[in-house]
Amino acid sequence: MIGIVDYQAGNLTSVARALDYLKIPWVISSDPEKLKSCEKIIFPGVGAACSAMESLIKFGLDDFLKEAFYKGVPIMGICLGTQIIMEESEEDGGTKTLGLISGRVLRFPYPLIEDGKHLKVPHMGWNSVSWLKEHPLLKEVEPDYEYYFVHSYYPQPENSDIVLGVTSHGITFPSGLAYKNLVAFQFHPEKSGRPGLKLIKNFYEWKV
Amino acid sequence: MLSKRIVVCLDVKEGKTTKGVKFKDNIEVGDPVEMAEKYYLDGADEIVFYDITASAEHRPIMIDVVRRTAERIFIPFSVGGGIRTVEDMREVLLAGAEKVSVNTAAVLNPRLIYEGAKAFGSQCIVLGMDVKKVERSAKIPSGYEVWIKGGRQPMGIDALWWAKEAENLGAGEIVLNSIDADGTKEGYELTITEMIATAVKIPVVASGGAGHPEHLYEVLTRAKADAALIASMVHYGIYTIKEIKDYLAQRGVKVRLKW
Repeated sequence: MIGIVDYQAGNLTSVARALDYLKIPWVISSDPEKLKSCEKIIFPGVGAACSAMESLIKFGLDDFLKEAFYKGVPIMGICLGTQIIMEESEEDGGTKTLGLISGRVLRFPYPLIEDGKHLKVPHMGWNSVSWLKEHPLLKEVEPDYEYYFVHSYYPQPENSDIVLGVTSHGITFPSGLAYKNLVAFQFHPEKSGRPGLKLIKNFYEWKV
Repeated sequence: MLSKRIVVCLDVKEGKTTKGVKFKDNIEVGDPVEMAEKYYLDGADEIVFYDITASAEHRPIMIDVVRRTAERIFIPFSVGGGIRTVEDMREVLLAGAEKVSVNTAAVLNPRLIYEGAKAFGSQCIVLGMDVKKVERSAKIPSGYEVWIKGGRQPMGIDALWWAKEAENLGAGEIVLNSIDADGTKEGYELTITEMIATAVKIPVVASGGAGHPEHLYEVLTRAKADAALIASMVHYGIYTIKEIKDYLAQRGVKVRLKW
């Protein structure tokens, strides 16, 4: 059973539908007790860091996520979830976040220029990921697949060894992280077609 | 580097896909859920549903279409047509759409954009604009006027001004549809597309008039659109999405080629 963390940050049903399609059992809950019985956790989210942190604290999900991480429960962060596992975000004038990984969440710089053209923020649409190392989640994932992104901020871990993949949008930023029992993507695997579904399936089959 | 997106648009009327010319004479072309799934598998980057008979009575049919589609496609999809309130938006998003598109209701009540963006985030709120070419005037300096109610009512509002205003109110994307070009297969309206695409910082999706891959090339390069919307080209089996993308890739446009 995969537990989907519900902290009132965006539409979580798209993750649930992807799991249904893959015939993977899931539960969506904001109750730490219910999530504790799950073998794996998906931590999704769309929205702003500050209000997301407030909701996590309100439900006691901040402590739950820290405990689950230190106990070795496999966790997959998606989009805002990926940003919240870092220590601090530049969003909302500086927001202290969970700190499962050392590092900060930064906004795309302005101006953002590529090939002499101004780029738009949010970074929205399909982009490729250069995978920097091997990982069980990347089994049978071809290198030239593209994934769907919608975001204005990106995670910048202190330790570059945990960067699993990078993407370029004016700058090159970490779009995939992997550290022990944690994997985290800045893009939306549940909205990235077959390649994204493959990542989710590999997460389900991952033996940490 | 971001790929240019190919967005496939399905006009849905009472649960069936239809297609018209210049917003009129719609004929049925198939089941929206099956068509959406086919385009997803064929490499569409995004799907858009427009509920062209949107009304309170028809809403449950559309919600059912959205829900069944969300179970089968795993790329972003948006829904527009008859969305008048934040509650309407919530209903469509909960049924599984990524984004909602507002058009007439946003012109009549611009606060709807602001309230939707506040409730669900800018990335969820798409402004759909229907524009028609007119004589340039002090009131319409861009030479393109905004129309509402599915191209039935001119509003005396300048298209370029409205695009910028919607961005300021929190719209996350603009789908710019030319009423003159719609369904003609003679190419997108490049002039207003470029004007708006270079004036706003949010992505602009060009819509109306695509008949040949060359038209997509023009609008994505010369007119600087971030995405191109197609309908007739693929609904009638004239082109596959792969053929269109291969053509664009050969001409140096970055598109998603593997799925």
